[in-house]
Amino acid sequence: MDSETLEQVASADISVENRHYKVIGSRPIRHDGPDKVTGRALFGADIRMNGLLYGKVLRSPHAHARIISIDVSRALALTGVKAVVTNADLPTLESVVSRVGEGSINWRYLSSNLLAGEKVLYHGHAIAAVSAVNPHVAEQAASLIDVEYEILSPVITVDQAMRPDASILLDELRTNELGARGSTPTNIASHDQFQRGDLDQGFSAASVIVEREFTTSTVHQGYIEPHNATAIWGTDGQITVWTSTQGGHDARRQIAEVLQLPVSRIKVIPMEIGGGFGGKIGIYLEPVAALLSLKSGNRPVQMTMSRFDVLAATGPTSGSVIRVKMGAAQDGQITAAQVSLAYAAGAYPGSPVGSAMSVILNPYRIANVQVDGYDVVTNTPRAAAYRAPGGTNAAFAAESVVDELANKLGIDPIDMRLINGIKEGDRRVDGPISRRVGYIETLERARSSPHYLSALSSPSSATCKVGRGVGSGWWGNWPGGTSSVSVVVNNDGTVNLIEGSTDIGGSRVAMAMMLAETLGIQASDIKPMVVDTDSVGYNDVTAGSRTTYSTGIAVHKAGLKIIHEMCERAAQLWNVDPGTIDYADGVLTSGTNHIGFKELARKIGDGDGNVVASVSISPNGEGVALATHIVDVEVDMETGKVQILRYTAIQDVGTAIHPAYVEGQLQGGVAQGIGWALNEEYVYDAQGHLLNGSLLDYRIPTALDLPMIETVLVEVPNTTHPFGVRGVGEVPIVPPAGAVANAIANATGLRMTILPMSPRHMLEAMWAQAK
Amino acid sequence: MSNKTVVQATINGEEVEFLCETRQSLLEVLRDVLRLTGTKEGCNNGNCGACNVILEGVLVNSCLVLGVEVQGKSITTIEGIASPQGLHPLQQKFLEHAALQCGICTPGVLVSAKALLDRHPHPSEHEVRHWLAGNLCRCTGYDKIVHAILDAADVMSAEVTK
Amino acid sequence: MQAFEYIPATTVNEAIAILHQQGDQARLISGGTDLIVQLREGRRKPKIVVDIKRIPEVNQLSYNLIDGLTIGAAVPCYKLYGSAVIKETYPGLIDAASLIGGVQIQGRATLGGNLCNASPAADSIPALIAHNAIAVVAGMNGERHIPVQDFCTSPGRTQLEPDEMLVSIQVPAPRAHSYGAYLRFTPRNEMDIAVVGVGVWVALDDTRVVITAARIALGAVGPTPLFVNEAGASLVGQPIGSQAIEKAALIAQLAAKPITDMRGSAEQRRHLVAVLTRRALDSAIARASA
Repeated sequence: MDSETLEQVASADISVENRHYKVIGSRPIRHDGPDKVTGRALFGADIRMNGLLYGKVLRSPHAHARIISIDVSRALALTGVKAVVTNADLPTLESVVSRVGEGSINWRYLSSNLLAGEKVLYHGHAIAAVSAVNPHVAEQAASLIDVEYEILSPVITVDQAMRPDASILLDELRTNELGARGSTPTNIASHDQFQRGDLDQGFSAASVIVEREFTTSTVHQGYIEPHNATAIWGTDGQITVWTSTQGGHDARRQIAEVLQLPVSRIKVIPMEIGGGFGGKIGIYLEPVAALLSLKSGNRPVQMTMSRFDVLAATGPTSGSVIRVKMGAAQDGQITAAQVSLAYAAGAYPGSPVGSAMSVILNPYRIANVQVDGYDVVTNTPRAAAYRAPGGTNAAFAAESVVDELANKLGIDPIDMRLINGIKEGDRRVDGPISRRVGYIETLERARSSPHYLSALSSPSSATCKVGRGVGSGWWGNWPGGTSSVSVVVNNDGTVNLIEGSTDIGGSRVAMAMMLAETLGIQASDIKPMVVDTDSVGYNDVTAGSRTTYSTGIAVHKAGLKIIHEMCERAAQLWNVDPGTIDYADGVLTSGTNHIGFKELARKIGDGDGNVVASVSISPNGEGVALATHIVDVEVDMETGKVQILRYTAIQDVGTAIHPAYVEGQLQGGVAQGIGWALNEEYVYDAQGHLLNGSLLDYRIPTALDLPMIETVLVEVPNTTHPFGVRGVGEVPIVPPAGAVANAIANATGLRMTILPMSPRHMLEAMWAQAK
Repeated sequence: MSNKTVVQATINGEEVEFLCETRQSLLEVLRDVLRLTGTKEGCNNGNCGACNVILEGVLVNSCLVLGVEVQGKSITTIEGIASPQGLHPLQQKFLEHAALQCGICTPGVLVSAKALLDRHPHPSEHEVRHWLAGNLCRCTGYDKIVHAILDAADVMSAEVTK
Repeated sequence: MQAFEYIPATTVNEAIAILHQQGDQARLISGGTDLIVQLREGRRKPKIVVDIKRIPEVNQLSYNLIDGLTIGAAVPCYKLYGSAVIKETYPGLIDAASLIGGVQIQGRATLGGNLCNASPAADSIPALIAHNAIAVVAGMNGERHIPVQDFCTSPGRTQLEPDEMLVSIQVPAPRAHSYGAYLRFTPRNEMDIAVVGVGVWVALDDTRVVITAARIALGAVGPTPLFVNEAGASLVGQPIGSQAIEKAALIAQLAAKPITDMRGSAEQRRHLVAVLTRRALDSAIARASA
């Protein structure tokens, strides 16, 4: 298919005409694509090597218990078993908090999450691991490890955990109360707050006030590839790890910390990664596989989690309780908002409540606000980042209340947001002054979209009702982080682009396109590759919507260096001053001399030294992202089931480098948001056992549950990036739950205050309303 | 440890003979014994479709088939979809439509899509979605996957007409 | 997974002999979509797995106007909806067969396996009960017939003796103006387990106005699929219409004994029984009067 036809089939609707780019804005085939459609691409679990052993983990059957003893003798006696490791094989670590990816971690807690120390803190908590000649023997051996427990009562929800008489998870934990350390044992790890203006004055100026409490369930990122790691602890003491990770360097740092080794002893080879969404930043298996290798005669050990392990012991993001009180004047101006958010961190502190405190009100300009956030430990797996961490549940609460205010005031929901929407120069609720950002544009495009202008379809049966909802979302993309790239010009004029940002959704092609644009050559002449941690400078994780932004800046800078060097080489060739050489569209010109990039590369050959460039940067201007979504739903009033009929996502995407993959980010975020809104939830029994640890009963949306997802890309270039890139990947998951809730309210009059809005919860809400 | 059984089968048109334990699934045989790692494990429970293969013309989860059950049978995996002449139209359309992000579900989705078009060359959007309901994708929201399959069906029927 | 011996049997007698000799230590495999999961999770630990797929009798799939439909125990679901005559004659069974798992599960899963696995939420069992199906069982002493409505005894347990095997399921030939329907409720549209399932079958008189016979069975609202005789009986002699349907739905609802679990609450299930019974009856009556 030629590119013109491709443009026609694409669903994108790009508002700002591309600024004379030749490569950016086109839709070339991704470089890693052919390997991925033929089965040749190697993901972490695809590594095969001589002498490979398989590792399996014994996990806790209890949600909360003290470990009295562990006896591994029966496991070690089984034929085919090579080694067993427990927490006793890990160094004892100091309590030190460090940034990892978008969040932070106390190294001691990370270590005891890998293999439990004195206590198990959730159903599925790893206790010991076994290496054996095949996975079946390893699994059998794990089941032969005898553990004696003293079972303790668990706390599963934030409400349970915050009660004064609650069972305490971490004996040493004290509340960080607005910066001061508390004095009594607690499950509340921290309480933060920001406030501005005068709440009383704000609420007294309101003609309408809505106050509601929302409860949301724990959900999982749901990547289809289970966590895996393959490790060799070499006889020379060097450790090599093949793994699926969002960042090789960050994985290396974590492995080094928990094993108390210098990073130079560890090489991480990031394999193709089958989805992460924030959940493959923290490590789970890597040091365990390395220790098993060390104790198994330095043989390679491969570990792959089962799906139950993935759901029970990795990932999830916080369940929460969120209270929102908001007032608005007759003209729609929001006069005051008071919010409190309590987020379940799981077994160790570190829920995304901090980012949720920003997300919840940041689309709006509000003079009088108070936001309180609580990070609460619970007997559930340690919370990990999940696409705009903390944002979806926060926006569900706030967007529901904004919608209700608009209804009460008789104002169209998009107009309500236009009245209050944040613009350049406004002070954000969380403090900073807002830079140029296209929120208002998303609202205007939403209002004029074919979707919003269309009539609702008729219900498909007499028992169904249809409705439309709108929701907005804000996300404060990671300001930058470090990115390092190397570029090598080959003697045939192609260019190797060596990067360390793992590619989860097509970032290699975007990097190649930015380098091609810079150099004035074709994207297909660039060979982008993600390499191991020894072969490129430090890179922060692929997270926080930072990669196309930060690594893109590094790529652009490296391209400029290459141009500079190519001009030097042409100057030598022509015996002219380099300053006289003009470089445009891949052609070097000086007076009557001119030569194309490829031809010059051939002339340089390999004899005179290659043209190479390396760049490492840490930019700090990523900027925020905003989106507005429209959704039509049909509610079966007899069964409580909600069907998504039509969905449109409108987003300020800065500049879309490869529009198809930008649309894909919007569509994927929406799909996850819809799953979160409608059916995804962790179900625990009273003892804290996870009951639905499978992809049958943890219900992520299937192809049959979703419609086509229309996208509108609003391009307001980000002025801090050479091509105007703005992170796009996370904000699309922020609005869906609120938008769907508002559509349900529009259809039924029912205001849902619980996620998921599953058939059961819908019926219960209908019955409560009827009473 | 148990004894191993010799099994003969035809995989992607090639006759192969392998040794496997009775408890090894076809998925394990493909990946660990034959080192055909294009077929992926997502759940090992029949719920995600990442391991889908075509067994005697029928779409199945290879994690729910024992290796010993395929004695004398013919199997197509993702590695057998393309021909020596090049990519299958489905593979080509997946690339053109950007119908993959991380790519872990892609082999299973492509195998399912091939089984669909083998049986129903002109599926509607609903039929595609129904057929793919057992293939979970967490990245794309399915939109571009469905477009790519519908487009491939069009291209293939145009080729047949020619 | 625990190691086991795999024996591909070629005759019914061979399979039964192994069962007789091994008792609980042996387990039959057909489609394997339940058994392999159970083996992997350690929920069943047989020493011997007997593959019955090479036995001719369990592969038969035939239909005629006198004997009705014979579904061999090892016939995978996709073969049922692949047959135009079965699709036309027994749409109520096809409703169920095309709902079990996704397409790739239906490539292996069998109605026989669905029945022998005896899950309270099995999709095909309420449909088979509604169609008055009979399980044909072979043992050391020959064959016996068990009505499907009596086949399951508790979750995962059936009337089968340790040395008996299901050979086929017989579904009676349809009488004039009779059709079935199966409906289930699931949060997702596919790839899900029934929160409630309802199988119905109705026969109308020649004027297609009066119900002459009806059977209703429920799934996922008791320890086994439930045949609610009185609900079907209440329809007999009644003209088709919402009054009779409402009454039958109410009787079905009262017969349900649901529990609360991770897939649904007892209250939700009781409510859904009435909704789905109504809808399934509407569907079957529409088919029968067309």
